Amino acid sequence: MSSFYLTGAVAVAATLLMILSLNAVHALLYLIVSFLAVAVIFYILGAPFVAALEVIVYAGAIMVLFIFVVMMLNLGRRAAAQERAWLRPAMWIGPSILAAILLGEVVYLLTRADVPAPAAQSVGPKEVGLVLFGPYLIGVELTSVLLMGALVAAYHLGWHRPKLEKANVDDSRARGASPGGDFVRAGADRSPGTP
Amino acid sequence: MFALGLIGLLVRRNILFILMSTEVMLNAAGLAFIVAGARWGAADGQVMFFFILGLAAAEVSVGLALVLRMHHQYRSLDADLLSRMRG
Amino acid sequence: MRSLLWLIPAIPFFSALLLAVFGPRFSRRSVALFGVGSIGLSALIALGIAADFIASPPPNHRDTQTLSTWMNVGDLNAPVALLLDPLSLVMIGVVTFVGFLIHLYSVEYMAPEEGYSRFFAYMNLFVGAMLILVLADHLLLLFLGWEGVGLCSFLLIGFWYTDPNNVRAARKAFIVTRIGDTALMIALALLLTHLGSLEITTLLDRAGQVWPIGAPLAIWAAALILGGAVGKSAQLPLQVWLPDAMAGPTPTSALIHAATMVTAGVYLIARTHPLFLLAPPVLTAVAVIGAATLLIASFSALTQTDMKRVLAYSTISQIGYMFLALGVGAWSAAIFHLMTHAFFKALLFLAAGVVIHAYHGEQNLFQMGGLRRTHRFTFWIFLIGGASLAGLPLVTAGFYSKGEILWETWALGGSALWAAGVIGAFLTSLYTFRMIFLAFFGAPRKAPAGGEPGLLIRIPLIVLGILSIIGGFINLPPALGDKLLLTHFLQTVLPHTEASALHAARGMTEIGSEAFVTAASLLGLFLAYLFYLRRPSLAESLAGRPVGRALHRFWSAGWGFDLLYDRLFVRPYLLLAEAFRRDMIDQFYDRWLVRPVFLLARLNRHDLIDSIYTGLSRLAAFFYETLRRTETGRVRWYAAGLAAGTIFFLGWVVLL
Repeated sequence: MSSFYLTGAVAVAATLLMILSLNAVHALLYLIVSFLAVAVIFYILGAPFVAALEVIVYAGAIMVLFIFVVMMLNLGRRAAAQERAWLRPAMWIGPSILAAILLGEVVYLLTRADVPAPAAQSVGPKEVGLVLFGPYLIGVELTSVLLMGALVAAYHLGWHRPKLEKANVDDSRARGASPGGDFVRAGADRSPGTP
Repeated sequence: MFALGLIGLLVRRNILFILMSTEVMLNAAGLAFIVAGARWGAADGQVMFFFILGLAAAEVSVGLALVLRMHHQYRSLDADLLSRMRG
Repeated sequence: MRSLLWLIPAIPFFSALLLAVFGPRFSRRSVALFGVGSIGLSALIALGIAADFIASPPPNHRDTQTLSTWMNVGDLNAPVALLLDPLSLVMIGVVTFVGFLIHLYSVEYMAPEEGYSRFFAYMNLFVGAMLILVLADHLLLLFLGWEGVGLCSFLLIGFWYTDPNNVRAARKAFIVTRIGDTALMIALALLLTHLGSLEITTLLDRAGQVWPIGAPLAIWAAALILGGAVGKSAQLPLQVWLPDAMAGPTPTSALIHAATMVTAGVYLIARTHPLFLLAPPVLTAVAVIGAATLLIASFSALTQTDMKRVLAYSTISQIGYMFLALGVGAWSAAIFHLMTHAFFKALLFLAAGVVIHAYHGEQNLFQMGGLRRTHRFTFWIFLIGGASLAGLPLVTAGFYSKGEILWETWALGGSALWAAGVIGAFLTSLYTFRMIFLAFFGAPRKAPAGGEPGLLIRIPLIVLGILSIIGGFINLPPALGDKLLLTHFLQTVLPHTEASALHAARGMTEIGSEAFVTAASLLGLFLAYLFYLRRPSLAESLAGRPVGRALHRFWSAGWGFDLLYDRLFVRPYLLLAEAFRRDMIDQFYDRWLVRPVFLLARLNRHDLIDSIYTGLSRLAAFFYETLRRTETGRVRWYAAGLAAGTIFFLGWVVLL
């Protein structure tokens, strides 16, 4: 019982620290911690399968992706200073109010219905698997399609960069500005660093 | 957690942080599902989380690709720069 | 022959139309040919029809010829129908024959004038209208002719329209007769409403059946008809227009204002006399009006200096005699006098035209003198006319007609009216011979120039002169031959009561009356001779006395009627018009309607109404601006919006 609340607190704290963090990498690390905590919560709740899944996919794959990108972007100290500049305390007020209201509503809703004890029973991977390949089969298939779409999109969006850049530079210098064009080409004319 | 994620999304200007906050929110939603499933002792909650997970993965990959593009173009990660569709 | 009746008015109408349209293009000769020829043709046809009528009279001594239907509206069925009976026959005889002679005269008389064709067009139109008037079988058709002659009178009085005086005279004539016309119109409406028809014989029969003697409606109808007659015939109180009407050409004065148009009233009353018999008070009024008018006009004629004005007042006076006759019930006597008057008055006017022409347009009697030496023909012919007018005994037509009237008056009307007539006869003789003596005798004050008139003038004068003498012989009174041909002829239409039989015991015989009349006219002659020939100084001394001078002025101004009307009607009317010069009605509207609207418009100077609309558009713009700001393009902003919306919704669901 107490482990649930403790883990919960850890998760909340980690998330809070994450959003307050100035450094991107630090934030990411906090986020990973948060996810791990959530995974533990899942386990406590009797869902070992998703706990494992959380760790493997969420914390493992997605966060790693994030870290790769951050490292690729090579933000550095300048970014941290910029973040500080951006994060003014006054900006926290509005969203905080909103979130507070939301929290209040959710709590209210929850307290209305009866709250059962956690970890009533464990739902193992076998059941999940059966359900997945049973009634939710189509969901699985769609998810796979979605993933494929994401793959293609990410591939496409990421891949054009080096080649098109060169071509863009040559093209644009040769023909002047292209009419309309897509986002990529139009942006190629801008000088770097302009906000 | 969802509320925190929401706060984070609204406050931070850095695209990456916004994405991270989004992840938090998704996670929170998934957590809610699991809890519900655990309550009723059904596998449906986990299945839902499964889907959310898949969705999150797809979304992150595309989003990060876009972040990279943005960085390449604007040399900055300020979300407010992406306001060419303002009225 | 009788079927040609419609041609009698139609030919002059057609000629008038022709002359009006093509007249200016015709030569003088053609114009004269058409103008005179049309009337001549009508006269011939009239003669033929008369002969036919006398030889073989139609059943009931009347015949109608219906040409078409004019209008058929509700109760009013008005056919274009012509009535042929002795009365209408006499009338068309007079109108066409005298008209023809006057037209013939005009050919030469009006020859030097501009508007020659216009003159003949008008004259023909007039004759056509007059013929319609006397031939109409239906009162509405009669009214058409009535109005037509009124119009032509106006046109002809104002023939020389460039002189505003002429126009004024024409207008005066028209307006005054209009008053009478209105009365007549009301009478027609009344008759139609109450008797259901305006067809003359039907109407009169019905009136006799429906209305007892003295019925108020009958009195009203008769009185209104009398009003119309009074206007057209220039009797009291509407006689003021005739003297001024002398502004027109002399042939016009002869035809319209002597022989024909002014007798239309007499004809009307004669035609509708059964109606008047149903209204004894009105009949009395007719006689009284006649008597009063003849006296007033005679006194006025005595003091006039303009020759034509003397004749004008004389006409008024003579028509007074006709009214007098009608008023006492002597219908045929009135028509008889109408006929003889047409002869001698037309003659006098035409001769006066010659005289005036001889003096190169001078119309003042006191400027004339001694004309008989240089213009013998003119003198004699004028003398004949004057004698007839004065009613010199036995040899003049006027004697017989006037005598008959006076005898009938005595027998049927009473001694007062008779006395008025006799005094009138005296005065008539007096002013007539005054005129003659002043113009033809004595020393010439102004040298007469011009020779005697040509043939085309002489012939009509001669014919009229002859008629002025022999015209009376068709109605010789019992005392002097007893050949009342005319009266008998008119008997079927205008019944004649044998006067002498009725009132033989009343104190005087017919001979006696005639004697008195003769005495009166001879006395007038003698006095005229005395005052104007023998001892003019006597006249002057009489006129010189204050009483004489006042009377002279009073009579000369037509007994002050013109002045009275001027003060009573003209001045107030002009004052009213003057008051309205500033357009009071318009001003009223201006103050109460237009100004407030302008005031309101000024209140809205800042375009309050419009500003509502502009305000609305500005409001929309404001909202637009505001909402535009929400489209920041920033993700976080949108996310915030989403969050807020979600929260709100949740709250709604949760709490409500």
